[in-house]
Amino acid sequence: MRPARAHPLWLAFVLHRVSGLALALFLPVHFWVLSYALTTPEKLNEFLSFAEQPIVKLAEFGLVFLLAVHVFGGLRLMAMEWLPWSGPQKSLAAGALGVAVLISGTFLLQVV
Amino acid sequence: MLDLRLYMLQRITALIMAPLTLGHIAVMIYAVQGGLSAEEILGRTQGSVFWFSFYGSFVLAVATHAAIGLRVIAHEMIGLTGRALTGFTWGTGLLLLAMGTQALIAVTWPAGMT
Amino acid sequence: MEPVTSQESALDGQSGTLEVSVWRGTSQGGDYQRFEVPALENQTILDVVSWIQHYADATLTYRFACRVGMCGSCAMMVNGQPRWTCRTHVKKVLKAGKVQIGPLRNLPVIKDLVADMDPFFDKWVTAGGAHAPSATRDDPIPPVDPQDAIRVEASAGIECINCSICYAACDTVAGNPDYLGPAALQRAWTLLNDAKHDAPHQILDAVSGVGGCHNCHSMGSCTVFCPNDLDPMSAIAGLKRETAKSFFRRRK
Repeated sequence: MRPARAHPLWLAFVLHRVSGLALALFLPVHFWVLSYALTTPEKLNEFLSFAEQPIVKLAEFGLVFLLAVHVFGGLRLMAMEWLPWSGPQKSLAAGALGVAVLISGTFLLQVV
Repeated sequence: MLDLRLYMLQRITALIMAPLTLGHIAVMIYAVQGGLSAEEILGRTQGSVFWFSFYGSFVLAVATHAAIGLRVIAHEMIGLTGRALTGFTWGTGLLLLAMGTQALIAVTWPAGMT
Repeated sequence: MEPVTSQESALDGQSGTLEVSVWRGTSQGGDYQRFEVPALENQTILDVVSWIQHYADATLTYRFACRVGMCGSCAMMVNGQPRWTCRTHVKKVLKAGKVQIGPLRNLPVIKDLVADMDPFFDKWVTAGGAHAPSATRDDPIPPVDPQDAIRVEASAGIECINCSICYAACDTVAGNPDYLGPAALQRAWTLLNDAKHDAPHQILDAVSGVGGCHNCHSMGSCTVFCPNDLDPMSAIAGLKRETAKSFFRRRK
């Protein structure tokens, strides 16, 4: 049995965990593609042109969002833990989400 | 499963990465204008001491940070404990470090110097 | 003719029955058993459980003492949420005439609605929750200023009655059985800020181990569910801050 827990800070925790996990899984792929730069730059270019497809652009937007929301969500947590001031946590969590949307939205506008 | 030492490592690497990540995002938003090419990326990064130290510290911090984060998830969601958990933490950390170093060298090492 | 009030109709047995599922069994196994309980205008979940024990099945095991939200012994899961049953009105939680009552989450079940509280209290002690006096009875009593910033921190968590609601609400406890949990850590924070406690460094060590405060993910279910409106999440954040400071201090 699990308690009903869809309250704001629990959702912020889920977002932080899901984004962290997704980024950790993406990292090896990211590194692997970049390591082609040295040995076979054509392969990297091949991949970059594959990345021109709209669906890949959308996935990139998703990644930028996950990265930004993990960074700002994490900064909120560290501020709560280490500053002698705790602030309105629900508003700060919502703010972190808002900033992440803004940043990833800017990225999306640049690639379309 | 997270003691003070691992917690501090997790938080300190996070603090190191906060400005690096924002820089990374800023570069991404700048660089994607007009599409990406290997030449464009490498022209900016290869042989640059700045980008080498920027992404070098990024790789070190992210390998540590992600390994500890995945350790927590592995313990809480699949119940990994003891030696298996320690092995998993070191394994993911070293794998990310190795792959990250390979990518770092590929992208920032001066062309023709390898 | 005067309209019949709902109170009267309930007393007449006109307002029907509640469909109550109650956990029967232990941690080893069991199932929810259905009971039909007369609906009354004013009744708490504890009243419902007591009615079942008195009139339907005398073998039902449950725990309570004060019935007024003082003792912290009647906490159970009501429709999946941890609650003081004595302070939970049936009308507040009833869904389509039904309610589900189970033993507290994250603890072993002794029988039916009675959870084994041993792990909860053991962790309370492990986190350094036992008071170590800084003076003897022969020493003068040092004054404590209630307005002092440190005392305010200590006072914030002092109303905890160890009902284990926060412990049952915490998903980190669910995933990490070694984790000391919100109540024990809040107690540690209270003592750490208590000028009359003599072993602050022992507390910092006690909450820095493998099950310590650093496992908390600040999801804040403890603070959301605490029936006393306490804030264990912020108390744990305080412990993280003080242990991080001591981490740097000890390095020097």
